Amino acid sequence: MTRRLEEPDYRRRLLHEMVRIRRFEEKCAELYSATKIRGFLHLYIGEEAGAVGIMQALQPEDAVVATYREHGHALARGISARALMAEMFGKVEGCCRGRGGSMHIFDAATRFYGGNAIVGGGLPLAAGLALADKMEGRDRVTACFFGEGAIAEGEFHESMNLAALWQLPVLFCCENNLYAMGTALRRSESETNLAVKAAAYDVPSWAVDGMDVAAVVEAAERAATAVRAGGGPYFLECRTYRFRAHSMYDPELYRAKQEVEEWKKRDPIATWMATLEAAGEIDAATLQRMDADVAAEIDDAIAFAEAGTLEPVADLERFVFSERGSE
Amino acid sequence: MAEFLMPSLGADMTEGTVTRWLVQPGDHVDRGDIVVEVETDKADMEVEIFEAGTIEQLLVPQGEKVPVGTPLAIVATAAAPAARVALPETSGPAPPLAEAPKPAAPSPAAPRPRATPTARIRARELGVDLAAVHGTGVAGAITRQDVEHAALRRAPEPAPRAEGRRLLVSPRARLLAGERGIDLATVTGSGPGGSITAGDVERVAAPTAVAAPSLPSGPAVEVPSGRPRAAGRGPIAALMERSNREIPHYYLGIEVDMSRALDWLKAENRKRPVPDRILASALLLKATALAAHEVPEVNGYFIDGGFQPSATVNLGVAISLRQGGLVAPAILDASAMPLGELMRRLQDLVARARAGRLRASEMSSGTITVTNLGEQGVDFVYGVIYPPQVALVGFGKVTERPWAEAGMLGVRPVITASLAADHRASDGHRGGQFLATVAKLLQEPEHL
Amino acid sequence: MSGAVKTTCREALRAAIREAMQRDSRVFLMGEDVGEYGGCFAVSKGLLDEFGPERIRDTPLSESVFVGAGIGAAMNGLRPIVEVMTVNFSLLALDQILNNAATILHMSGGQFNVPLVIRMATGGGRQLAAQHSHSLEGWYAHIPGIKVLTPGTIEDFRGMLWTALEDPDPVLIFENALLYNLEGELAEDAGPVDISKARVLRSGTSLSLFSYGGSIPKTLEAAVQLESRGIDPEVVDLRTLRPLDTATIIDSVRRTHRAVIVDEGWRSGSISAEIMARIMEESFYELDAPVARVCTAEVPLPYAKQMEDAALPRVETIIEAAMNVVGGNG
Repeated sequence: MTRRLEEPDYRRRLLHEMVRIRRFEEKCAELYSATKIRGFLHLYIGEEAGAVGIMQALQPEDAVVATYREHGHALARGISARALMAEMFGKVEGCCRGRGGSMHIFDAATRFYGGNAIVGGGLPLAAGLALADKMEGRDRVTACFFGEGAIAEGEFHESMNLAALWQLPVLFCCENNLYAMGTALRRSESETNLAVKAAAYDVPSWAVDGMDVAAVVEAAERAATAVRAGGGPYFLECRTYRFRAHSMYDPELYRAKQEVEEWKKRDPIATWMATLEAAGEIDAATLQRMDADVAAEIDDAIAFAEAGTLEPVADLERFVFSERGSE
Repeated sequence: MAEFLMPSLGADMTEGTVTRWLVQPGDHVDRGDIVVEVETDKADMEVEIFEAGTIEQLLVPQGEKVPVGTPLAIVATAAAPAARVALPETSGPAPPLAEAPKPAAPSPAAPRPRATPTARIRARELGVDLAAVHGTGVAGAITRQDVEHAALRRAPEPAPRAEGRRLLVSPRARLLAGERGIDLATVTGSGPGGSITAGDVERVAAPTAVAAPSLPSGPAVEVPSGRPRAAGRGPIAALMERSNREIPHYYLGIEVDMSRALDWLKAENRKRPVPDRILASALLLKATALAAHEVPEVNGYFIDGGFQPSATVNLGVAISLRQGGLVAPAILDASAMPLGELMRRLQDLVARARAGRLRASEMSSGTITVTNLGEQGVDFVYGVIYPPQVALVGFGKVTERPWAEAGMLGVRPVITASLAADHRASDGHRGGQFLATVAKLLQEPEHL
Repeated sequence: MSGAVKTTCREALRAAIREAMQRDSRVFLMGEDVGEYGGCFAVSKGLLDEFGPERIRDTPLSESVFVGAGIGAAMNGLRPIVEVMTVNFSLLALDQILNNAATILHMSGGQFNVPLVIRMATGGGRQLAAQHSHSLEGWYAHIPGIKVLTPGTIEDFRGMLWTALEDPDPVLIFENALLYNLEGELAEDAGPVDISKARVLRSGTSLSLFSYGGSIPKTLEAAVQLESRGIDPEVVDLRTLRPLDTATIIDSVRRTHRAVIVDEGWRSGSISAEIMARIMEESFYELDAPVARVCTAEVPLPYAKQMEDAALPRVETIIEAAMNVVGGNG
C-alpha cells in the first residue's frame, strides 16, 4: 500500500473527487432531460473509482487520452466544472468553445487530449504522444483510457503491438464495464480474459477491482512507476460497471435489472464511504460539508454555463485551419 | 413545489406517451426514482424524477401523448409546501400555457388547426389553407414559417418550353449580344453543337462602332455619352416607377456614432500620401459591403418570382452627374476588397461616370446599391430600390448630436444609415440586423 | 541565378526529405519499409544510413496506428513525415485521418493543432489492377481540416515537402507513382515552394486545361499537339486540391472562356466536378462553351493493359475534349 493511502486527508480527498463526479453527472442527466444539454450524453456513474484512482498516479506533465464517456476523467484531471459544464451547454466559455460538447472534451492546460467518440480511435494517438516523449527523452507517461469494447477494434491490437515493439511509455487503462453499448463482453470476444490479450503482445498487465478506489490507486501507481522507469507500456484493466444506461436514450433491453442492482451493492462511493466511516475518518458532519461543497461547486458551474455566451455564427469556419504559426 | 416535465431523452425525441405511472398522489419520491414509463417512437423508457418530495397531482393520464416539456405531475418538494398554483421553477423549457393538462386525448376532428396568430395572418395573405399545413411549432402548432413553406411548395409550375428548337447560345455570347443589341436569331453558330459563341456575336457586331448598352435585366440606367444632356431622368423615372410598382418596400433607419470611424480615418490619412487618402464614404461603402455579405437577404436579385442571393457583393454606387441624371455603376466584389483599393475604385468610377466612360458590365452587375446624400444636406434617405436588386442603403449627412453611452452624455458626430429593402427577400428583422451590422462595423474602422 | 541539374522527381523528393531532416531535428520519417528496404518506391533509399533507425523508422503493417501515432507525435512537439505506402492502404488509416487529424483542431476549439505531413503514392497506369490503382486525392479533398497537395512537376516534388512541414495543420501529399521516374531540369538552388496557389504552366488564349499530379505531363503533351492544330491552350497546374485556388481558375476562364479539366479520379463526385461547379458559380457569363472534363472511367481499374489504358485519361482523350470545347471556331 502506498504511503499516501494511509493518510485520512488523502482518503477523504478520494471520496470527495468521486462524489464530485457523481453529483456533476446526476445534474447533467437532469439538465439533459430539460434540453439544456443536447447531443449524446454518456454518464460514468458507477465507474468513478477508475478515473479518480488512475489520475492519482499521473503528474501534471503527463498526458491523458480519454473516450466519449469522459466527464469523470476531465474533472479528476483538473478541468474545472465550470469549463466542462459550459462546454456541455455549447457556450463559448466551455473548454472547447462549445465546438466539442460532451464527447469531445479537450484541455491544453491539463494535457487532456480529448474525449474521442470513435471507439479505439484514441489508442494510436496515445502511442504517438508517447513516441514523441520517448524520442525527445522526456520523462512522461501517457494514460490512455478506453472501454473493453475497444478491444474488438483493430486499433487496439495495432496500438498494443506498436507500443510494445517501440517500448512506448503508455499506460493503457481499459475500463471494462462489461457492455460495449449493448453488447455484452461474452457476446463479442472469444477470450474474455482481457489481460491475456495484452500478454500476447508482451505487455505486462494487471486486472484490478475497478469498484475499489484504493485498489485502483495502488495498481495505477505501480503501473505508472513501471512505465516511467522505461519499461514500456502497461495494461491495466479496471473491472467496473456503469449503473446508468449507455446514453440517455437507451431502454437497457440488453441487461437485467437484477444485475444492475447486484453491482450497485458494490458502488465505489458507498463502499469507500463505509471504509472511511469504519476507520473513524468521516462522520455525518464531514459528509454534510462535503455534500455542500460539491453542491456549491456544481451550482456555480451551472450558473456560469447559463450566463455564458454563444459563439457568434460568423465564427463558424474558424478552427478548420490554424490561426497561428506552428511554433 | 415543482413541475415534473416530460423529458427530452434525445434530439430525436419530441413527444412521448405516458404508458404507466409508477407513483400516485401522496407517494414520496426521491431524486433519481423512476416514476413513470414513457413510450417514444424509438423505445419504452423509464423516466426518473430529479426532485425529492411528495407527488401532489398527476397531470397527464396514462395513454396520453404529450410534447417534451409538458408538465406531467406536480411535486411538493421538501423545501416548499405545496401551493395550488404551479410556477415553473425548473430550468427546463417553459411549458406552453395552452398545453395545460387536458383530461383526454385530443379529439380526432379538431375543427380549427392550432396555429400561431402570425401564421393565421400570413396564411390569409398567401391564401394558404391551414388545414393542409403541417405544424412544426410547439405542440404541433403551425408557425409562420410553416405557412410560408406551404406557400412555396405550391409555387407556380415552371413555364413550359417555348415552341420549336431552342437557340444554343453560350452564356458569354448571350451577354455580349445583349450588350450590343444583337438579335441572336440572326447569328450563325460555330461552337460546340452549332452553338453561338462570343466570337460569332462579335463578327456580327463588328460594324457597330460604339457599344450602346440596353440591358434587359440590370438597372436600365443610361450611360451618358459625351454630349451633356438633360436625360438621365427619363430611364431612371421609368425604372423607379417600376420599382415602386413591383417591389414591396420597407424602410428602416439607424443612427451611427461616427466618432471612432472619423478619428481613425484622420490618423490613417496622416500616414498616407495625399493621393492615397481615404474618404469617409469609402468606409461607409466597405461597411455596407461587409454587412451585405453577412446578411445575404439584402444582396442579390429578385428574378422570376424568387430571390437569388449573390455570393459576391457588387456594390452599386449612386453617382450624380454634373450634366444631371444619376448612374449607379457597381464596384465588383467590394466586400473582399481592401479599403485603399475600394477608395481607388470609387475615385475611378466617379471620374469615368462623369466622363461617360462606364463599362456596360459595371452597369448591370450591382447586387445592392448605396446612395450617399450627405453632401446634399439630407438627414435620412428613403431610397427606391433598383430592380432587380432588393435593397438600397442610404447615408445622410454627419451631424453633431448629443449621444449617451454608458450613462455619459457627450456630443458625437452621428450619421443616419437607412435601408430600403424588398420585403419579398428580407424582413424587418433581417433588415435590422443588416443595419446593426453596418453600425457595428463602423465602430471598428481599423478592421474595414 | 545558378545553373540547372538534370534529376528525377524521386531524387528531388529524397533531397527534400534529407533537407528537412537536416534543418529540423523534430522531423522524422515513419512508414512501412521506409528504412531497411529503402522505401517501396526507393524514395528514402540511403536515408537510414544517414539518419539512423530512430528518425527513419520502419513500422509494422498497421496503417491506423502509425498514422495515429504521427498525429499524436505531431501534437506533442515533433514534425513527423508519415509515409503510407500507397493511397490504397491509406483507407486503413482513414479513421485517424478524418476523425482525428482533420477534426481535433476544431473539436478542441483551436487548442490543439496537428502539424503532420502524410505522403502517399497514388494513381494507376502500372497494370496493378483494382486494389492498387486508386486516385483518391480528390476524395480526400472533400474533407475540411486537411490540405491536399498533388505535385506534378519536379519543382513541386522538391519544394512542397518543407512548406508542408512548416504548415501548422495536417497536409497530405499525393505523389503519382508514375512521376517518380520523371526526369527534368531543376535549378541547383531549388527549394521550398508556395503551396497555396495554382500555377499557369503555359499561357494560352483558346481554352484552359486544368490538371494536377500525374496528369500534368499528359496535359502538357496534349497542349503541344493542340498548338500544332492552331489552338493555343493555357495549362493550369492546380497543385493543391484543398484549399482550391479558385481565383487562379476563374482568372484563367475569364481569359479563355473555355475549360477542360483533366482528373485521374473517377468522374462522379470528383474534384473535376467541384471545379466545374466553381466555374459555373463564379464565371458562368464568361463561358463560351460547356466545360468539359477527362476523368477515369467509372470502373475498378482492370489489369489488362488495353483496358486500363482505355480507362485512364490519355493525351488523345484530352485533345479530343479540347477540340470539342473549342468547336469549329478554334
